Amino acid sequence: MAKLKKVAVDRRNFLKGAAAGAVALAASPATVAAQQAELRRTVPPSMSPEAETGTPSHVEVLTADRTGSDFMVDVIKSLGFEYVCANPGSSFRGIHESIINYGGNKSPEFITCCHEESSVGMAHGYAKVEGKPLAVLAHGTVGVQHAAMAIYNAYCDRVPVYVILGNIIDATKRVPGVEWTHSVQDAAAMVRDFTKWDDLPISLEHFAESAVRAYKIAMTPPTLPVVLVADGELQEKPISADAKMHIPKLTHAGPPQGDAGAVAEAARLLVAAENPVILADRMARTPAGLAHLIELAEALQAPVVDLGGRMNFPTRHPLNQAERFRALVADADVILGLEVADFYGATHNYRDQLERTSRSITKPEAKLITINANDLYIKGNYQDFQRYPEVDVALAADAEATLPSLTEAAKRLINDDRRRALQDRGARLKAAHQQSLERARDAAAFAWDASPISTARLSAELWAQIQDQDWSLVSATQFVSHWPQRLWSFDKHYQFIGTAGGYGIGYGAPAAVGAALANRKYGRLSVNIQNDGDLMYAPGVLWTAAHHRIPLLSIMHNNRAYHQEVMQVQIMADRHSRGVANCGIGTTITGPDIDYAKLAQSMGVYGEGPISDPKDLGPAIRRALDVVKRGEPAMLDVVTQPR
Amino acid sequence: MKRFCITNDQIRRADRRISVPLGGPGPDKAGIFDFCPAEAKDFLRRLQPLKLRLIATLPRVLPLLLVVAALILASPAARAQQPGAETAPAGNAQTGKKIFMNDGCYECHGREGQGATQTGATRIGPPQLSLEAFLRYVRQPTNQMPPYTNKAVSDQDLTDIYAFLKTIPQPPKGKDIPLLNK
Repeated sequence: MAKLKKVAVDRRNFLKGAAAGAVALAASPATVAAQQAELRRTVPPSMSPEAETGTPSHVEVLTADRTGSDFMVDVIKSLGFEYVCANPGSSFRGIHESIINYGGNKSPEFITCCHEESSVGMAHGYAKVEGKPLAVLAHGTVGVQHAAMAIYNAYCDRVPVYVILGNIIDATKRVPGVEWTHSVQDAAAMVRDFTKWDDLPISLEHFAESAVRAYKIAMTPPTLPVVLVADGELQEKPISADAKMHIPKLTHAGPPQGDAGAVAEAARLLVAAENPVILADRMARTPAGLAHLIELAEALQAPVVDLGGRMNFPTRHPLNQAERFRALVADADVILGLEVADFYGATHNYRDQLERTSRSITKPEAKLITINANDLYIKGNYQDFQRYPEVDVALAADAEATLPSLTEAAKRLINDDRRRALQDRGARLKAAHQQSLERARDAAAFAWDASPISTARLSAELWAQIQDQDWSLVSATQFVSHWPQRLWSFDKHYQFIGTAGGYGIGYGAPAAVGAALANRKYGRLSVNIQNDGDLMYAPGVLWTAAHHRIPLLSIMHNNRAYHQEVMQVQIMADRHSRGVANCGIGTTITGPDIDYAKLAQSMGVYGEGPISDPKDLGPAIRRALDVVKRGEPAMLDVVTQPR
Repeated sequence: MKRFCITNDQIRRADRRISVPLGGPGPDKAGIFDFCPAEAKDFLRRLQPLKLRLIATLPRVLPLLLVVAALILASPAARAQQPGAETAPAGNAQTGKKIFMNDGCYECHGREGQGATQTGATRIGPPQLSLEAFLRYVRQPTNQMPPYTNKAVSDQDLTDIYAFLKTIPQPPKGKDIPLLNK
């Protein structure tokens, strides 16, 4: 037997060799070869007896015990990812296979998504509950194109999302056809304007270093999305079984704290203020942020307005004065903004009429203080940074990390006389809080028995069923007029996860499923008030929830329109005195009405509805909760008032 | 016309001493009511030359404001312009309901005029304004509401809408609904 020549080949060499071998075996005149080539386009290739039984001159090595993608999974595991969300794609097939086999499909577990926007949306919601990212895999071309809007949402929302893009850099190694259309010179380019950092590693150790660096950058406030490109060649490159490659140690950078002098000045202003107000938006990155804000507010006996970017302050705390937001700002002598996304908007009134105008609503003598990590990082193209706010003290720092020193500085300045004055203020605020709650309840009573169901009634019915459980509201509330915050008692960080960030519709459903995925291991009841227009962007995430048994109660806020846009078109029609009769064109979701219960059922999710009578809602929620408690998703289609 | 403003919060304080709403169209996004009810025109005209900015100086002028406003609102002429006064609008409620829906009022204000914080639309069912103030505000809104000219909706249509809004009953207080007291 002839001595076999062992030739190590990579994937592309194998493909090239296979093609050459086929031609050699044919050993036919050129004309015959041309005919065969023509035939190959129309009929499957057949093996020749010679090729099957003959003695080859050498044996190609067609397998490898270990490849670069295994090492990449070692790196991914070292970063502590619990899950990787992806719609499958050939440009990352190496990592995919290594995750599910080499990695045992555990830490990370592969979560099958039906759209890259869903993958990133899930990562967005997950991170806000868990406080750390999960990984997303996507094609470097069509995948990231699908994912782009969701990445932008996470960017605007200051949420760490970790995206790995497959790509094939070396043009000579691409299979003709799809691999060319799915390859790109600079895969991260199209999302570079709204990600914090990206890299294209060209070796496995480079991959390891950049992967660890990317994680550290994503998690350092302001926390933001990052992108890592995983070259296909690198993924599939064989490596020896005993190869020792270094994975750098991950050391998180401490969050930036405010300058001591500026902290002291802020404390002085706050303690001396007669009518201070604290505005908190994306402040509480972690549960500690919520505790820190309670401590500061109680030390100052200052009212807090939670603007809802995160769960910053308990809704039933007597110092929670969210219902009096604008009035407090107008009356304030000191305003402290904590990670407020739009501080200008919070302190100004804007009028969208034929001539757009804005005016400050603060007192001229009011002192304005901001603590915002956004001052440390800003880009120029996308305008999410909002209008420039004129303030008196600006701390470029992470608010959550700065609050303890601010609180201590304030406490040191409070003498007994001041403490008595602050306590008097606290008593007044406690009474005002109770009055606000009563006003909210009175307001909720309007349209109480209406059909379609009012958003206040929906919220109250839901609260009645979940209040005694360990619940987590995994959806935004602006489109239901913030009724949950006005009627429910929120006091834990995971009970609210804020909004989309970039107002990119299609965030809601995947973020809810991602947050529910994070809540699952804690046994929490995840509840989602789901907007109809939002769900229709990528409803396949319902299947993901069913497939992976992610318990989640979704209540459709089915107002059968893109109501925000109805109103926008109405504004134009009114401005032009043309009447509003046609404003439903392009803005409503009727004719036919979508049957969301059937949509859910088709994907293996318990579905019930449409529910239009408010009396039917409570019993339906109880039935759906029974399903969720079994560890499955459920959806109720509730036909609702617009807002 | 020069207008004076008063904050939402200050209105609430004033409300405790004045038994009817001050008649403004409701707070804008800044929580500020436009304080120029027809009933208080004379009062405001007297204040205007003083160039007072009520937001800034309210603590000083509030007692005066309350006394004068209460006197004005207590007058027979003022009562005649209050919602619910004897002069019922000559509108058709059924027609008004159709217009309310077809003209998209419900988009911002809700199908029963309950209002919504998200849209900034105030509660208008049942109406808190007199018909005169309602007509004036729809034509010349001072906040975010788009202006509805006579070409878009006629006075008769608005009167019908008003009549519909008047048919919406006042709900029970929140404290009387068990589900709202959880």
